Amino acid sequence: MPTRTKTVLIWLLTFTVMLIICMPGLWIILSAFRTNGEILTKPAIWIPQNLTLDNFRAIFGFGENVIGVPVSSYFRNSLVISVTSTFLALLIGMTGGYAFARYQFPGKSSTFLWLMLSRTVPGIALSLPIFIIWSRLGIIDTKFGVILVYTAINVPFTVWLTEGFFRQVPNDLNEAAQIDGCTRWQAFWKIEFPLAKSGIASAGIFAFLTSWNEYALASQLTRSTDSKTLPVGLMDFTAQFTIDWAGMCAMAVIIIIPALILTFLVQKHLIAGLTFGGVKG
Amino acid sequence: MAEVKLTNVVKRYGSVEVVHGIDLEIAHNEFVVLVGPSGCGKSTTLRMIAGLEEISDGEIKIGETVVNNLPPRKRNISMVFQNYALYPHMTVSENLGFSLKIAGKSGAEISAAVANAAEILGLGDLLERTPAELSGGQRQRVAMGRAIVRHPDVFLFDEPLSNLDAKLRTQMRVEIKKLHQKIKTTIVYVTHDQVEAMTLADRIVIMKDGHIVQVGTPLDVFERPVDTFVAAFIGSPPMNLINGHIEADHVVFSDGNRLPVPPDFTGKLADGRQVVFGFRADVLMPKGHTLAESGVVTDLDLKIDFAEPLGSESILLSTLGGKEIQARMHNPRPVNEGEVLTCELHLEKCHIFDASSTKNLRE
Repeated sequence: MPTRTKTVLIWLLTFTVMLIICMPGLWIILSAFRTNGEILTKPAIWIPQNLTLDNFRAIFGFGENVIGVPVSSYFRNSLVISVTSTFLALLIGMTGGYAFARYQFPGKSSTFLWLMLSRTVPGIALSLPIFIIWSRLGIIDTKFGVILVYTAINVPFTVWLTEGFFRQVPNDLNEAAQIDGCTRWQAFWKIEFPLAKSGIASAGIFAFLTSWNEYALASQLTRSTDSKTLPVGLMDFTAQFTIDWAGMCAMAVIIIIPALILTFLVQKHLIAGLTFGGVKG
Repeated sequence: MAEVKLTNVVKRYGSVEVVHGIDLEIAHNEFVVLVGPSGCGKSTTLRMIAGLEEISDGEIKIGETVVNNLPPRKRNISMVFQNYALYPHMTVSENLGFSLKIAGKSGAEISAAVANAAEILGLGDLLERTPAELSGGQRQRVAMGRAIVRHPDVFLFDEPLSNLDAKLRTQMRVEIKKLHQKIKTTIVYVTHDQVEAMTLADRIVIMKDGHIVQVGTPLDVFERPVDTFVAAFIGSPPMNLINGHIEADHVVFSDGNRLPVPPDFTGKLADGRQVVFGFRADVLMPKGHTLAESGVVTDLDLKIDFAEPLGSESILLSTLGGKEIQARMHNPRPVNEGEVLTCELHLEKCHIFDASSTKNLRE
């Protein structure tokens, strides 16, 4: 086969695969700027006739068609829950990762193994026990309850990722810093932390995205406007007999944007984190 | 003033004891090299002085202070690591000034100290580079600069040259020696390379299996090794050591060859005693190729197996008592394989070791 034909075929194949992968996302973005009428038309209108920002106006309470979904509250809840649980997961995971990388203690390997095994349990399998315990503790339908669950979900992965990065920082640097006058704590913050930064950033992004996008557990643990997150809030667009597809798509776009911005901002670190994880095996 | 004194220092990891109660006194401004094969406890000893390893028993004093329970930062020491341990996210200048910054010194003081260290070590042009942009030798110099910038009481070097190539190693060896002359501080230096130990040290401490075997000046340990281990470890080529037994003031080897005992042993060794006869390549030389030296000499005919020409001299390899031995040939001429040469052995410089205890019978 001539090289040119081969190249064309490869491009065609890549394009088709990418189209299949990206289609749902593209369709959501397109639908966010269309009216419900146009979305539901059969046969489907592939090329939008007129784009509108009405859906966004409606969900934020501007314009003529105000919908009763408190998107701003959900956005605030999502932000508070994701940022806090990410911060806590990083704090706990990073110290755990450092301990696994630097110290020898009895039961180290088995503790690490159990921590990793906890990742194999699907979150949804835990939803009922968590629901019962949380309701007994009186933290059901609170941001605190969700933050606690998300922190617990994110800690093992954060430990695993940061442990690898801390292990790559030679122990000699820590010792050199101690000889240069640092306490262990100073040696960590001034030398080891900056060097493991990319790993910690990757762990942070993963933790944030997990919390930001999580639906299954949040849908069990939240009920009210005070605690519902954006993904759970999406269900507010479904009524008994109708679904407001346009509003739902607009809100989905709002959910995607912060995650997208964050991913682009820290893309370099994310790639370092991902490839590192791959090499480490 | 900073002497370092180790008294009965023991290091155990769990139930395994790796350093068995060593005693060592290092004088102010002295350059002491701890040398020995891998696993002899030399690096552990250095790390115990640094405070990077806790000691299991005994006492370490730096100056007048017992430092057993002091963290590294309170011992006023500096250390140069084998793999340099430069902070990769800082420039050379920041690396040099880091310890002063931690100590809370002012910007002006730090700049002055960094400039001074940079001048001593010729790092002036490299100050704004990061460690990744430096060659091995330059990194080593920065590591030394980081150590001298604080004016510590004691300098610790942990195999600092073992990552460098042979040429650079020789060059850096000279620089370290010059540095010691310039800054006059107590230095404890660890290496497994006996050439480094011989060239740098005021005193050498030879360690084996967690014990100190011998302490002495380079010449001391070279000329008067306490046992066969030191004799074989120090000096290049190592001392020739051949097993034999005593018979009428002669050492008789397994191949039937016999050599008279050194003059100071005459009449002192019982017949039948198992010994190890030791001599360096420098005291066995082919006739006509010797350095003019007087003394008690015995002749020995050797069949040469192999010659290694080194330019101004050759090392000749032969066999005696079933063991490969080496002789030195000054002003060399080409030697054919299998050629028999009559050599002179300077008996006064030969050693006799006890075969079972391996101790030097002269000591």
